[in-house]
Amino acid sequence: MSQNALNLITLLIPALPLLGFVIHILFRDKISEKIAGYHATAWIVISFVCSLILFNHVRSEGAIHVQLFEWFSAGDLSIPFAFQVDQLSVIMLLVITGIGSLIHMYSIGYMHGDDGFNRFFSYLNLFIFFMLTLVMANNYVLMFVGWEGVGLCSYLLIGFWFKNPEYNKAANKAFIMNRIGDLAMLLGLFLLYQYAGTLTFDGVSARFDPSSPDYFAPDTHMVTAITMLLFIGACGKSAQIPLYTWLPDAMAGPTPVSALIHAATMVTAGIYMIVRSNLMFSEAELTMQVITVVGIVTSIFAGAIALKQNDIKKVLAYSTVSQLGLMFFAIGVGAYEAAMFHLVTHAFFKALLFLSAGSVIHGMGGEQDIRKMGGLRSYMKVTHWVFGFGVLAIMAVPPFSGFFSKDTILAAAYVKSPVLWVIGLVSGLFTAYYMMRLYAVVFQGQPRMSEHTKAHIHESPSVMTIPLMVLCALSIVGGLMNIPELFGGNKSMMHFLEGVVPIHEHHVAVSTEWMLMAIASVAIFLVIFIAHRKYRINWVVPESDAEMSGAGKVLNHKFYVDELYEMAIVKPMHMLSNFFYKIIDLKVIDGVVNGTAQFTTWCAGQLRLIQTGTVSFYLFMMALGMGAIVLFIYLM
Amino acid sequence: MLTLLLILLPIISGLIVFVAPRSASKQIAMISALLSLALGIGVYAQFDASIGTQFAIDVPWIDMLGMRFHIGIDGISMLMIMLSNILMPLIILSTSKDNYENSALLYGLMLIMQGAMNGVFVALDMFLYYIFWELALVPAYFLVLWWGHGNARKITFKFFIYTLFGSLFMLVAIIWLSLQSNDPSTDISSIYNVVIPENVQGYIFFAFMLAYAIKIPVFPFHTWQPDTYTSAPSPATMLLSGVMLKMGIYSIIRWVIPVMPAAVEEYQTTIIVLASIGVLYASAIAWVQKDLKTLFAYSSIAHVGLITAGILTASASGLQGGMIQMVAHGINAVGLFFVCQILFRAYGNHTISNMGGIRNNAPLFAGLFLVVMLASVALPLTNAFPGEFLLLNSVYQFNPWLCLLAGSGVILGAVYMFNAYKNVMLGEAEGRSKSFVEISGADKLTLVIIAGLIFALGLFPQTITGLTEHSVHDIIMQYQSKISGTILR
Repeated sequence: MSQNALNLITLLIPALPLLGFVIHILFRDKISEKIAGYHATAWIVISFVCSLILFNHVRSEGAIHVQLFEWFSAGDLSIPFAFQVDQLSVIMLLVITGIGSLIHMYSIGYMHGDDGFNRFFSYLNLFIFFMLTLVMANNYVLMFVGWEGVGLCSYLLIGFWFKNPEYNKAANKAFIMNRIGDLAMLLGLFLLYQYAGTLTFDGVSARFDPSSPDYFAPDTHMVTAITMLLFIGACGKSAQIPLYTWLPDAMAGPTPVSALIHAATMVTAGIYMIVRSNLMFSEAELTMQVITVVGIVTSIFAGAIALKQNDIKKVLAYSTVSQLGLMFFAIGVGAYEAAMFHLVTHAFFKALLFLSAGSVIHGMGGEQDIRKMGGLRSYMKVTHWVFGFGVLAIMAVPPFSGFFSKDTILAAAYVKSPVLWVIGLVSGLFTAYYMMRLYAVVFQGQPRMSEHTKAHIHESPSVMTIPLMVLCALSIVGGLMNIPELFGGNKSMMHFLEGVVPIHEHHVAVSTEWMLMAIASVAIFLVIFIAHRKYRINWVVPESDAEMSGAGKVLNHKFYVDELYEMAIVKPMHMLSNFFYKIIDLKVIDGVVNGTAQFTTWCAGQLRLIQTGTVSFYLFMMALGMGAIVLFIYLM
Repeated sequence: MLTLLLILLPIISGLIVFVAPRSASKQIAMISALLSLALGIGVYAQFDASIGTQFAIDVPWIDMLGMRFHIGIDGISMLMIMLSNILMPLIILSTSKDNYENSALLYGLMLIMQGAMNGVFVALDMFLYYIFWELALVPAYFLVLWWGHGNARKITFKFFIYTLFGSLFMLVAIIWLSLQSNDPSTDISSIYNVVIPENVQGYIFFAFMLAYAIKIPVFPFHTWQPDTYTSAPSPATMLLSGVMLKMGIYSIIRWVIPVMPAAVEEYQTTIIVLASIGVLYASAIAWVQKDLKTLFAYSSIAHVGLITAGILTASASGLQGGMIQMVAHGINAVGLFFVCQILFRAYGNHTISNMGGIRNNAPLFAGLFLVVMLASVALPLTNAFPGEFLLLNSVYQFNPWLCLLAGSGVILGAVYMFNAYKNVMLGEAEGRSKSFVEISGADKLTLVIIAGLIFALGLFPQTITGLTEHSVHDIIMQYQSKISGTILR
C-alpha cells in the first residue's frame, strides 16, 4: 500500500468521528433520529475497518508515523501535532472503534425516543475522536489533548440529562477529580521535559533504552518523581484510590456511556499511558511498588464495596474500579502485557455486562434496584444468557476470556512473590462473589417488581441484542488472543506487543503453574458455590436500607469516603475561600488601600487651609513658583 | 505612516462620533473599528516576522526634554495591535442590542481608548509611551463613571486614583531614567543602553512594577478590580479586561525585563510568588462569589496572575506562553463578560441564584457559553491551553513548588467555572428562566466568532508565537547579555 494511502487511512480514523460530531451538532435539529443514529454508527464502523487495515499493516511492517504540523513551540520546546500507530496503539484502536461501533448501534435502541437523541450521538462521536487522539498521539502533550477531551465528553455524558441536579453534580465531580490528576500529570510532563528534553514517546523511550544512542543512565530520584506524578494522573483517569469516587457517581449517565466510557475505554487510559511509558516506569522501583500497592488495595477495597451495593450499575461500577486496580497491580509487578491483555478482555465482558444491565433497565422501565428485580431469566432470555456468560468471564471461570487474562496477571505476581499471588487471588474471590450475587438476585428467584412493571417487561429490540451477542462471543473466546504456552498457545498478543513492551519472561515450573491455576480455580469455584447457595438456591434478597447494620452498612455506604472527602477537603476549602474573601480581601487588603486613601483625604483637608480664596495670595504664590523655575533652569 | 494611522484612526473617529448624529454613533463606531481591523490586517500582511521593529516613525518632538515622537512595530507590538483591533469590532458588535444613553459619548470614548491603547503598544519613546498610558485611563474613567451600575462614583474614584497613584511612581522612574544619558533622552535606544547602577535598579524596578501590578492587577494590588469590572458597563469591562490590562503585561516585557535585568533577576521571585499566590487566592474567592460578573472578575485575576508569573521568569517558554495567553485571555474575557451581559438583559442583574435551567430554552447559548468556559479553563484545543502549558512550564522550570501553587488554578478553575455553569445553565428552568429567549442575530454572531477564534488559535497557536518569536528572542537576549555582563563585572 502506498504511503499516502496509509497516511490517509490513519488520519481518517480520528477524522471521521470528528466529522460526525460536527455534522450532528450543526444539524441536530434538522436530521431525524434514525439518520442520526445510523450515521453516527457508520462513522465509527468505517474507523473500525480502517483500524483493521492498519492492524494488518503494523503486524507486517511496523509502526506508522504521520506528521501534520508543529502545534506549538517556545525556545527548545516543540510539540508536534503528529500521530503514530504502533502495536500498542493499534490494539487500543481496535478496542475503541470495535466496541465503540457496537455500543453506538446498541444506543440506537437504548436512546430511542429521548429528546436529546441527536445530541447524545454527537457527544458519543466526539468522545471516540478524543479517545482515538489519546491513543494515536506521538507525544505526551497531544495525548493530553485526548486525555482531557475524553474527560470533557465524560462530563457532558454523565450530565446528559441535565435537568437532574444530582446528575449535574456527578458530572462536575468527575471533571474536577480528573483535573486533580491532570495537574499532577502536567507537573510530571514539565519535569519529564526538564529531564529528557523532549516529550515525544520515541524521544523519551530512547533516553531509557540502553541500545539507543540517546540513552543516559537514569537518575533514579528524577525518574521516580516523574513517574509518581504521571501515576497520580493515571489514578484520576482510571479511578484508583484516592481519586476513584467519581466513577460510581458517573453511573448517572445513560448506560451505553457507562459501558463505553466508564468501563471499556476512557478509564483504561491510565493503563495505556503507563504501558506506553514502560521503559521509564521500569526504572522507578519505588513507583512500581506504589502502583502495585495502590492497584491491589483499590481492587480489594472496591470489590468489598461491590458486595453490598444494590444498584445494578453501582455493582458494575465498583467492579470496574476493582478490575482496573488489578490492571495496575499487573503493571506494578512488571507484567505490562498482562495488564494490556486484561484491559482488552475486560473491555469485552464489562461492556457486555453494562449493556445487558442496560437492557434490563430498559426492559424494566428504568428500574435499577436489584431488590426490585428477580426472575428475569424467563422474561428476557437473550439478556439473561449473555449476562450469564459475561459473569462467567469476569469471574475467571475457565475457559472464558477473563480466566486467561487474570491467570496471566496472577502468574506474573507469583514470580514477584507468592504473597502477591495470594492477595491478587483474594481480589478475584470478591469478584466471583458479588457477580454471582448480582446475577442470581437479578435473573433468578421470584420476580419482585410491581405487577404494573411486570406486565411491561420486554426483551430489548434486536438493534440492542445483536451487539450483546457479539460482545458475548468475544467474552467467551477473547482469551484466544493470548493463550499461554501451558495450553499449547504461543502468547500471540504478548509477541505482537514485543516492539513496544519488552517481553516479560517469568520462570515458573510447569507443574507449579498447573498447581497455582488449580488452586485459584478451586477457590473461585468454592466462592461461587457459597454465593450460589445463598442467592440462587435460598433466594436470599439483599436487605432493605433500613435493615442494614454493622459492616454491611459501612460497605453499603462505601466506607463513607464521600462523606470524608466532603468533611476533610471540600468544606474546609470552602471555608478558606470565604475567609480569603470576607476577611482578607474585603477587610485586610482593601482596608489598607482605603485607609491610605482616607489618610490622604485627611492630609488634603489640612492642606486645603491654604486655599484662602484671596487672589493676591495666589498671585504671590505664582510669582514664587515662576522664580523657582527660572532659578532651576539657571542652575542646570 | 501606517503606525500613526493605527493610533489616529480610532481617535479621530472617536471625535467624529462625538459630533455626528447620535442615531449613527454605533454605526460609525463599527465602521471605524472595522477600518482599524482592516488596517491592522494590512500591516500584518506586510509585516516581516523575521526582523525587529518595522513601520517606524522617528521625529524630534520636544527637544529640551529629549522626547521624540518615535513609534514602530515589532512582533510583540503587532500582536497587541491585532488583539486590540480584533476585539474592538467584536465589542461593538456585542452592544448591538443595548441602547446606552448618550451613546455618542460612549462609543466616542471607546474609540479614543482604543487609539490610546494602540499608542501604548507602538510607542518607542518612554515619555510618549507614558502619555498614551495615561491617556487610555481617561476614557476608561468616564466610561465606568457615567455608565457604571451601583455605586459607580465611589468605585470609579478608587479605580482612577489607585491606578494613577501607581503610574506616578512610573513617571518619576521614567524621568530618572531619561536623565541618565548625557543628552536627556527617553528613546528606547538610549533607555535600553542605559547602565543603571545595581543599587538603584531595585527602586526603578519597583516604581515600574507598582504601576503594572496595579494595572494588571497582581495580588495584593487587585482590590479596585472586582468592583470596577462588576460596575462597569459591559463594553467597558471588555475593554478593561480584554485589552487595557495587557498594557501592564506588555510593559513588563517591553520596559522592565530588558531595562532592569539585574533587578528582575533579584526580585523576580518576589513577583512570581505574589502572582502565584494570586492564582490560588483569586480562584478560591471566585468559588464563593454570588455574582457571576464578580466571579469572572476574580477569575481574571487568577489568569493574569499566571501570565505575570510566567513573564517574570524571563524565559522563552514564559514569554511565548504569555503572548498566547494574552490573546486567549482577551478573547475569552470578552466572551465571558458578554455572556454576563446577555444574562443581565434577561435578569437585570448577575446574581447566580436567580438563574438556572437556561439551557432548556437556549441550547445554542448554552453550547457557546460552554465553549467559552472550556477555553477559560484551558481545555486542550482551545486557545488558552498552549499558553497555559508554556506558562506553567516556565514557572515549573523556575521552581516546581511555585508551579504547584500557580497550577492550583487548573483544579480550582474547573471548580468555580463548572459550578457556576451548573447553577446558571443546568437544571429545571424556573422563574424568569422559563421566559429566557435563545440568542439570535448579532449576539449569536458575536459568540460564534469568539468560539471560532477559540478553536482556530487552539489548533494553530503558532500564528501567535511565530509572529513574536523574533522579538521575544531579542528581549531575552537583551536580558541575558546584561545579566552575564553584570556577572563579568
